[in-house]
Amino acid sequence: MTCDEARILLHALLDNELDAGHAREVEAHIASCPACAAELAAQREMQRMLADADLRYAAPASLRSRIEASLPQPQRQQPTRRSVLRGFAMGSAVSALAATGIVAVVLRQDDQQRILSEVVSAHLRSLQAGHLTDVVSTDQHTVKPWFNGKLDVAPPVIDLTAQGFTLVGGRLDYIDARAIGAVVYRRRQHVINLFVSQTASTEHRQPKTQTMQGFNCRRWGNRGLNFWAVSDLGADELAEFVDKFEAAMKANVEG
Amino acid sequence: MPATDDGQKAQRFREAALPYLDDVYTLARYLLRDASDAEDAVQECYLRALKHFDSYRGPAMKPWLFAILRNVCNAEYARRAHRPSAIEDTPGADEQTPLWQETEASPETEVLRSRDAGAIRKLIDALAEPFKETFVLREINNLSYREIAEAVGAPVGTVMSRLARARAMLRAAWRAEEEQAK
Repeated sequence: MTCDEARILLHALLDNELDAGHAREVEAHIASCPACAAELAAQREMQRMLADADLRYAAPASLRSRIEASLPQPQRQQPTRRSVLRGFAMGSAVSALAATGIVAVVLRQDDQQRILSEVVSAHLRSLQAGHLTDVVSTDQHTVKPWFNGKLDVAPPVIDLTAQGFTLVGGRLDYIDARAIGAVVYRRRQHVINLFVSQTASTEHRQPKTQTMQGFNCRRWGNRGLNFWAVSDLGADELAEFVDKFEAAMKANVEG
Repeated sequence: MPATDDGQKAQRFREAALPYLDDVYTLARYLLRDASDAEDAVQECYLRALKHFDSYRGPAMKPWLFAILRNVCNAEYARRAHRPSAIEDTPGADEQTPLWQETEASPETEVLRSRDAGAIRKLIDALAEPFKETFVLREINNLSYREIAEAVGAPVGTVMSRLARARAMLRAAWRAEEEQAK
């Protein structure tokens, strides 16, 4: 065996990957070659230090729950609201019709509650160090093109610095298991994440504020887009932000 | 009922794949060197894995998940390449070559000083691909050579030589830092 061969095979020896025959060959070479013996000792030493250090990363709890949430739920032992309604729907044609409406309403609200909680989680996550923005710029003409090609729909990026809300940058995020754009603003020390996703409905949906985990979330729909503005700002200031944003967007469209 | 099937499939998937979340996340962190990119990649990996779970025939879940993660990460590399403000690129093989040669030249017996995990992670992060990937799969994710070969789609011989080179590069970089500290 040559030293070149031994230099590679000694790793397999170190990792217990060699069969008995090859292991003997490598050991025989090492016994007769001080340089290769020193290399083996040095690699063994490094492997020991690597094993002593904790080099693994733990997945954040938020990631675990995000993945859990994206999996279809197993059927539970107890009847769910859904299956109760389904049973009810099978009763008669008339009640079936009525029940479908109820099912749709119940599910939609569940859905919205889930998305709201995802939006708030995404906001929380963005506040961790280094997560806030993928592109940092106070210039809307830098932030907007950055989204192009990354998403099916590029979010509107509007500079509201003159109105008291500073544009900080943009970020890709995941809501409802889909990539969506987040535009980041700041007022004083408060961060506002504006999440924008596409929707099939083009109807205008009035802004509505909900509170979750101490954050205000104002949600509205316009021009085929759904918006969620999340912040620890007070509800009145968040409403002001949404009004200013909508006004500026209207001016943009008409101008 | 299809909904029940989906639920049962998801339950089987949960039991088979979720225990490896930390492993998959660890590999993603080393490959992408960015916490939030790693999170996105891992989530995408699990979504794809669930989608293809029907065609999963084993034997080992970990290499299978890693193979999917690698594809996701490759897409992320491509995205970064198009992004002008990309975080520093993986150092090219050229930059790594002197370190490798230095190993040959310097005394083999010199003992490394032990370092904390943060410092070692940085040294590993700086390794060039595909050596880093092979190294992390073996040394941190504890895969056998055969499993690594399966995950990266390369012959076992290639895995072996990449690993030898990765360890030599790491040791050289480790020692180079000690030299600088002197």
